[in-house]
Amino acid sequence: MEQQLPAFIVGAPLLFSVIVPILGRKWRQSAFVISVATVAVAAVASALSLERVLRDGTFRYYLGGWEPPVGIEWVIDEVAAVVSLVVTSVSLLVLVSTRRWAEREAGDRPGVFYGLVLLLLAGLTGIVITGDLFNLFVFLEIASLAAYALVFIGGRRAMLAGFRYLIIGSIGGAFYLLGVGFIYFATGTLNMIEARQLLVEAESTRAVQVGAVFIFTGLGLKMALVPMHLWLPDAYEHAPSSVNSLIAPVMTKVAAYAMLRMFLSVFPPGYLSGAVPVADALLILGLVGIVFGSVAAAGQTDIRRMLAYSSISQLAFIAVGIGLGTPLALAAALLHVVNHAAMKATLFLATASVRFRVGLQRTHNLAGLGPRMPLTMGAFAVGSVAMVGIPPTAGFFSKWYMVQAGVDQGQWVVVVVVLLSSLLTAVYLFKVLEQVYLRPAKPEPSAHHDDEHDSPVDSAPQPAEQEAIRPVVERAREAPWDIWVPLVLLAAATVILGVFNVVIMEHVLLPGVEVS
Amino acid sequence: MIDEIAARFPYWATAALLVVGLYGMIAKRSLVKQVIGLSIFQSAIILFFISGSLLEGATLPILYSVHGGEHANPDDFVNPLPHVLMLTAIVVGVAITGVALSFLVSIYREFGTLDERDMLDEMRK
Amino acid sequence: MSETTASALPLAAVLVPVGAAMLASLTTGRWPNLRDAWATLAGIAMVAITVVMLTDTLDGRIHRTVLLELSPGIDIALRADPAGMIFGLLVSVLWVLAGVYAVGYMRGEHEQKQTRFFTAFALSIATVAGVALAENLLTFVLFYELLSLFTYPLVTHRETETALVAGRKYLAYTLSGGLMLIGATAWLHVLGVDATFQAGGFLDGAGLDSATQWGLFVLLAGGVGVKAGVMPLHSWLPSAMVAPTPVSALLHAVAVVKAGVFGMVRVGVFVFGAALLDDMGAWLVLAVMSAGTLLIASILALRHDNLKRRLAYSTISHLSYIVLGVALIGPLALTGALLHIVGHGVTKITLFFVAGAIHVRTHKENVSDLDGIGRQMPITMGSFALASLSMVGIPPFILFTSKLYLGWGAVEVGQQVFLIVYLVSGLLAAGYLFPIVIRAFLRSSPDHTRYGEADVRMVAPIAVTAILALVWGIAPDLPLGFFELASTVADAAFPQSVALAGGTP
Repeated sequence: MEQQLPAFIVGAPLLFSVIVPILGRKWRQSAFVISVATVAVAAVASALSLERVLRDGTFRYYLGGWEPPVGIEWVIDEVAAVVSLVVTSVSLLVLVSTRRWAEREAGDRPGVFYGLVLLLLAGLTGIVITGDLFNLFVFLEIASLAAYALVFIGGRRAMLAGFRYLIIGSIGGAFYLLGVGFIYFATGTLNMIEARQLLVEAESTRAVQVGAVFIFTGLGLKMALVPMHLWLPDAYEHAPSSVNSLIAPVMTKVAAYAMLRMFLSVFPPGYLSGAVPVADALLILGLVGIVFGSVAAAGQTDIRRMLAYSSISQLAFIAVGIGLGTPLALAAALLHVVNHAAMKATLFLATASVRFRVGLQRTHNLAGLGPRMPLTMGAFAVGSVAMVGIPPTAGFFSKWYMVQAGVDQGQWVVVVVVLLSSLLTAVYLFKVLEQVYLRPAKPEPSAHHDDEHDSPVDSAPQPAEQEAIRPVVERAREAPWDIWVPLVLLAAATVILGVFNVVIMEHVLLPGVEVS
Repeated sequence: MIDEIAARFPYWATAALLVVGLYGMIAKRSLVKQVIGLSIFQSAIILFFISGSLLEGATLPILYSVHGGEHANPDDFVNPLPHVLMLTAIVVGVAITGVALSFLVSIYREFGTLDERDMLDEMRK
Repeated sequence: MSETTASALPLAAVLVPVGAAMLASLTTGRWPNLRDAWATLAGIAMVAITVVMLTDTLDGRIHRTVLLELSPGIDIALRADPAGMIFGLLVSVLWVLAGVYAVGYMRGEHEQKQTRFFTAFALSIATVAGVALAENLLTFVLFYELLSLFTYPLVTHRETETALVAGRKYLAYTLSGGLMLIGATAWLHVLGVDATFQAGGFLDGAGLDSATQWGLFVLLAGGVGVKAGVMPLHSWLPSAMVAPTPVSALLHAVAVVKAGVFGMVRVGVFVFGAALLDDMGAWLVLAVMSAGTLLIASILALRHDNLKRRLAYSTISHLSYIVLGVALIGPLALTGALLHIVGHGVTKITLFFVAGAIHVRTHKENVSDLDGIGRQMPITMGSFALASLSMVGIPPFILFTSKLYLGWGAVEVGQQVFLIVYLVSGLLAAGYLFPIVIRAFLRSSPDHTRYGEADVRMVAPIAVTAILALVWGIAPDLPLGFFELASTVADAAFPQSVALAGGTP
């Protein structure tokens, strides 16, 4: 049983992604219930795997019983177990919290919607635990395909965003595959661990270097590393609320994890500096991205677009950690993968909750909501503080370790930019908090050319579009309990992850990066 | 120069196809042409894998003499793994193209056009 | 030396205000009397806790709480050492008074969102207690950052455009300061230095090269210098005066800025230590900057007609008294600096309380409008007069004692220049405070409105703090042993008990 855990993590969502659409046609309510149950099973399996890894060390799972090099191998080490746990548990909370949104947005086909969600999760968990380069490509494309479709259903504007996401994402996948080809022809294996051993023994050849460049370009596109980020803001802004709360915390994070996995498990350190300085390139792009993402976020008026740019900045932070490449930096990057999943899920869910009640998403229209939706906005505030990185919240500690890694390597630019990013983050998030808590509700929508999209939606209070925003805000109530409970849990997680970060760092992440 | 290209012909062919595909995706306004560009791009990679596993004078990886107990020489056979991988990659490619085309159907129903600039104009209205 | 005992009391000192904050936010405006009682009750509990710790600290038994590991190898740890006790005692005593005062003020002004106010107020006190009792640099940084966060809603409490702008400025300054500290702390951790505060400095003998020492010095002194209002990092302080007066009084005259100067004491004495500051020559940088600040701020205070702004610049000036006292690295100067933390706290809070009481009764904010107010509000303005005398440094008030030690300390290390700076600044203080007293008592009021004293909840704290300034001046050890604590710190910091070469002329 215990040996079969990986099959539950990936297999359960994959299997039910086919079953749910079929059942959902006849029993519409079943789609949500089965999906949540499936994700819960995957989360429990991840937790058990983590427990087992901590007890017995890394374990391997041979797909269909075929051992490598013939068969495909899944490897569950500390890092994979913890990331898979984060992905599944965050998704579980998000799924519960966005049920009401999904009812609206999935229209009359909830089965298809939840089928895609499960497919996405199957792909993401697959990426996390696979130990095979080509298998990773397949899971990457499975997850991406589901994500394209989920973004696409967001309506008129989402269509073009979704299509562009598809084109750019597929280029990314194709580049990755091309890079894998080079590695394969150089080493003759697709198994990550074997490839690493062979690469350690062999000299760094041109072919391997070219392959590395292709792999990093491909994954860079998937994780929206500046300047390959162009697809992300549109996709996140226009995607349905039930979707962007799901893909923003986990999707790009898993791509970043795949990038990290290349460093941890495939390329020996020496390969990525020197002739083709992939690590340095990541470092520089990351530093630029941190600043660019934050500055761009400060200029946004749509809160979801602001959070999208914020994601670009935070992913760049992870890239910096990968680029530094020391165990501490990699652990800091991984800690940020975990932390940021919780923080961004909190922020996006709070946004979705606000839109659910009052249908507003422009930052300047949120004034006066603080006291009226105390739990939602309280969670948003906690998430914001964590993003800024005030101790003892989670965001502080990824920065804390990253600064240490920067000092350790004598990379003072990294130290300065990482510290500065706190201030830049404060600029755009406190701008929102200021509106929410410290300003009275606006008597009327401020003159902004795009405000017609900011009229309250559907079953929320429904004033005519020209009507003032103030009455909407003043009628606002706290969101229903099934929306705020997961939200508050996630907000609490951002604090708990911070306070007990040593447990994660010492027992999971640091051993995880040392072993590999 | 020509010799060099001829010696590494598969690489150059792959590179050329990649560039054509990228051009189609980036420079063309028609969404259909962008999908075609994507297909060319993916095909280039498939060709790359297949040509990389090419072995002069080798044959199919089927052990004719397995019952005779004779040990087979790996050099006599073409590496089957890339071919198998590419079968999967083709399936992935088809899936992507299929999803892309279904997007195009929806977009055409919504906007009445498949031209990117017209769509943007339409959205501004 | 002293022994440490594991105890929950330092933690309790931090958690009591947190409890008060939670109770206040749960009670909400539905039962305002109960909500406001929590703060006073918690304040009294906190005083009791600190006094219990005090007796043990004076006997050489240091209470210490170790919470949990915050980063591999670094615990959150709280320790009631003599220096921390000075600050902790001061804050807890003044919190009781400010808590009572705040109730009168907020009701008198009909301020909005009082629940948020009292919650954030109590949380700020909790973080200040954490700053005071932090045992190592990371714990210090943790509370220092949280202090910035929790005081933000207080600064912006009025929710006017000016308040929001001031709030942004406040956040930008204090967060930057916090980031400098974080950078320095991470750097120290990478260097393998155990950043537990030690009298005499944990960097002394750590064998760092000069560039690293200077880099750390700039980050640490800059980081705490922001809250200590050392020019040119001071400009958030006058802006933050838009906050309601209890906030200005407790937080921007006592808690926040004192967290800054207390941080300066920690950095100067417990991180670098006298010998190292002297070797590096860093003391001179600090001394010149603080001497400049204290003169310039005194002169600027003369120019401001708005009472709270004038007091703000006076605060900036007096904070630099303390920073200069630390920079002079002599036992007498350090004793003076620590006493000045106490003395300035209790004196300046009186002045701010009075400014608030005047505002509640008359809605007057400018010095030029205060003619004749002394006859209408005799207790209030009488307290103001007492506090002004203390501020200027007239014996037997507490600030006379502290200034005496500061000046004596300057002579002790052979830096008579700074003695002159102290004396000139004292004269300037007379220049910006006495005219107010003279106007209030000697001129007649232009309008004939009879104002009368403010609510008793405001007048009583004013009178008590004014009397404390006098009592502590006559007997600084009564009853909280401030002088004994200060000299204990000074003895520990200068074990030879002779002045080090602190800047041989």
